[in-house]
Amino acid sequence: MVTQTPVTSIAGHAPASQHGSRAFDVVYDWITTVDHKKIGIMYIVYALIFLVIAGIEALLMRVQLAVPNNTFVSPQSFNRLFTMHGTTMVFFVGMPILFGFGNYLIPLMIGARDMAFPRLNAFSFWISAFSGFLLYFSYFAGSGLYGAGTAPDVGWFAYAPLTARVFSPGHSTDYWTLSVLLSSIGSLGTALNIVATTLSMRCPGMKLSRMPLLVWLYFVTSCIAFIAISPLSAAQIMLVIDRYLGGHFFDTQAGGSAVLWMHFFWIFGHPEVYILVLPAFAFANEIIPVFSRKAIFGYPAMVSATVGIGFISMGVWAHHMFTVGLGPGANAFFTLATMVIAVPTGIKIFNWLATMWGGNIHFSTPMIFSIGFLFQFLVAGLTGVMLAAAPFDWQLGNSYFVVAHFHYVLVGAILFMIFAAFYYWYPKMTGRMLSERLGKWHFWLFVIGFHLTFDFMHIPGILGMPRRIYTYEADRGWAIWNMIVSSGAIFQTIATLIFVYNLVVSYFKGAVAGPDPWDAWTLEWSTSSPPPSYNFAKTPTVESRRPLWDLKHPEEPDTQYE
Amino acid sequence: MSTAVAVAHQANEEWRQPSRGIVGMACLIAAESAIFIIFVVAYIFYTGKSLTGPTPREVLELPIFSTICLLSSSITVHFAVHELRASKVRLSAWWLAATVLLGSIFIASTAAEWYKLIYHDGLTIRTNLFGTTFYSLVGLHASHVIAGLIMLGLALIFTLMGKVNQSHAERLEVLSIYWHFVDAVWVVVFTVVYILGR
Repeated sequence: MVTQTPVTSIAGHAPASQHGSRAFDVVYDWITTVDHKKIGIMYIVYALIFLVIAGIEALLMRVQLAVPNNTFVSPQSFNRLFTMHGTTMVFFVGMPILFGFGNYLIPLMIGARDMAFPRLNAFSFWISAFSGFLLYFSYFAGSGLYGAGTAPDVGWFAYAPLTARVFSPGHSTDYWTLSVLLSSIGSLGTALNIVATTLSMRCPGMKLSRMPLLVWLYFVTSCIAFIAISPLSAAQIMLVIDRYLGGHFFDTQAGGSAVLWMHFFWIFGHPEVYILVLPAFAFANEIIPVFSRKAIFGYPAMVSATVGIGFISMGVWAHHMFTVGLGPGANAFFTLATMVIAVPTGIKIFNWLATMWGGNIHFSTPMIFSIGFLFQFLVAGLTGVMLAAAPFDWQLGNSYFVVAHFHYVLVGAILFMIFAAFYYWYPKMTGRMLSERLGKWHFWLFVIGFHLTFDFMHIPGILGMPRRIYTYEADRGWAIWNMIVSSGAIFQTIATLIFVYNLVVSYFKGAVAGPDPWDAWTLEWSTSSPPPSYNFAKTPTVESRRPLWDLKHPEEPDTQYE
Repeated sequence: MSTAVAVAHQANEEWRQPSRGIVGMACLIAAESAIFIIFVVAYIFYTGKSLTGPTPREVLELPIFSTICLLSSSITVHFAVHELRASKVRLSAWWLAATVLLGSIFIASTAAEWYKLIYHDGLTIRTNLFGTTFYSLVGLHASHVIAGLIMLGLALIFTLMGKVNQSHAERLEVLSIYWHFVDAVWVVVFTVVYILGR
């Protein structure tokens, strides 16, 4: 299916600069591009901007909570802050940054020239970008009524009936609903594109059993997205019907059910965690073998564990709802299902450890972030098993223990692997290496900040501090813990600033990377850095899981062992 | 600049992959099915929970004729693809026209049903839970029928303009898969709304 465009005609093509300045041409080129690499980079840059915005929101909340009885922000602003922080981080940081890397890497890794549907790809990106803009536009345009507030303040899961017209007048909730709806359309478009690319655009010899694990994991992630994100779209449509057409889906006054919204939201919400974490696993699957100088341990087990996680993730949503009172049958089912998911996840951790075991480990920045990920993800998984037990959850549900648990997954695992991916693939995307020295500073400061914040955040949760409160009394015994938690945020902020500085400075002054700076084995390293717009001058053919290993070691190719 | 991987590839090995159009449509159908499932679940969950009338039994009539029309349009669109693949463009156009006609009859009878429900029975989307769930589920399906009719209509216009030939058979097939999906959803909606829910 790969289109054989004559390479010379593309390579010799320089855009005719007929209208206006060079700056206009560059902007025009980026806005109209359908190249998967440019779209991928736009996704990543866009997500980084929102990462900084949502990070600032988190910082403001931590300042507010650092000492008891603080009046740094008002209760209303605090509600907006945690709503916007959560919504932004999930929909406008996590999803786009992961889709950005997927967009960039998948065609390169399977030897294709572009995604299956390049124009759909551009559409998905721009509609996601617009939806992020729409969410933040609520700060300027959200107040439909005097005093009704600006930005959404219903929390990122927006439980009914708080979202009903009566309880959320004005337009801020509508901005939230519509922007989430639009972003899910964009996510579905990209997921569809990834599946079609994976199944239909592979280069000759790239059987499913030879695909890089990253591509496999993105494939499974995208399949989860079809089944998980659509219910969210459906629920948002229902909410719009309720708010605009006077429907009664979640209107408890007319017999509607608030619990139904919880079900619909978490049918999306829990698989969403796996949509976010599987790409992080995907990065680990590529980075850990290269820096251990060994092939991945247990490739088939990794694939089947991923598919297993995909299936089980569909049956665990109600563990978010233990405190609702679902009855013993449902509680037992969802407790068991949630605990079962630790099995395939454990298989993955053991496989990564076995890959490192006996390897010649290089402690470059991508690798130290991956090692940090391994241990932090283990802890996050363990608190997950604790919370999966319904009686334990009754005690600690909606407390800071839960907040600490899921931030351990989202920051300790996913964000760490996103940083690792930046250090690993930045040379491919820009042709320049990121500074290793700044990378080490970034890592160690972030590790210190992360553990100060999120290790100690478990304790006020156990002591009974509920999430989403804007302040607390001094006599609760939470003050010292909150002060430690907030102080960790300072370290994380400095580390992130170093990272952003590194990204910018290395783009101009970094060491030239060359096509294959890490001596890696997958196809993206066989083309120049950054790759030409057609990716590969000649469509590659592969014979094993590590085509570049075969090329570099003709005396001992992988094909002998498959 | 780029170095292709020069591992010898066995020339006799045939390299086949599924069509990206069909894979893409299958993905879309998976996602759409999930949306419909949520609406169907909401319909079933709220069956009989309305606090006020009218109830489904009082106002709904079985839409037998329009159901027959919609389901037969699946057969006609199949023939349209079949004839186009055999390069019989004129015949394909006739089958396409029949599909558009049958789909339009379905939409017209839905419109007539809604007119009766709104103006004679006083059931709107804000009347009760039945109204809310009924109009959203049936309306969601009807909007998919309309989207399909627009695409089929475009295909028909292009065919009549002589722009379509055998090489487009696969694209028409992708569209026909969507249409079959819309029909299959109607079987579910019909069963849930008009048989079980009544």
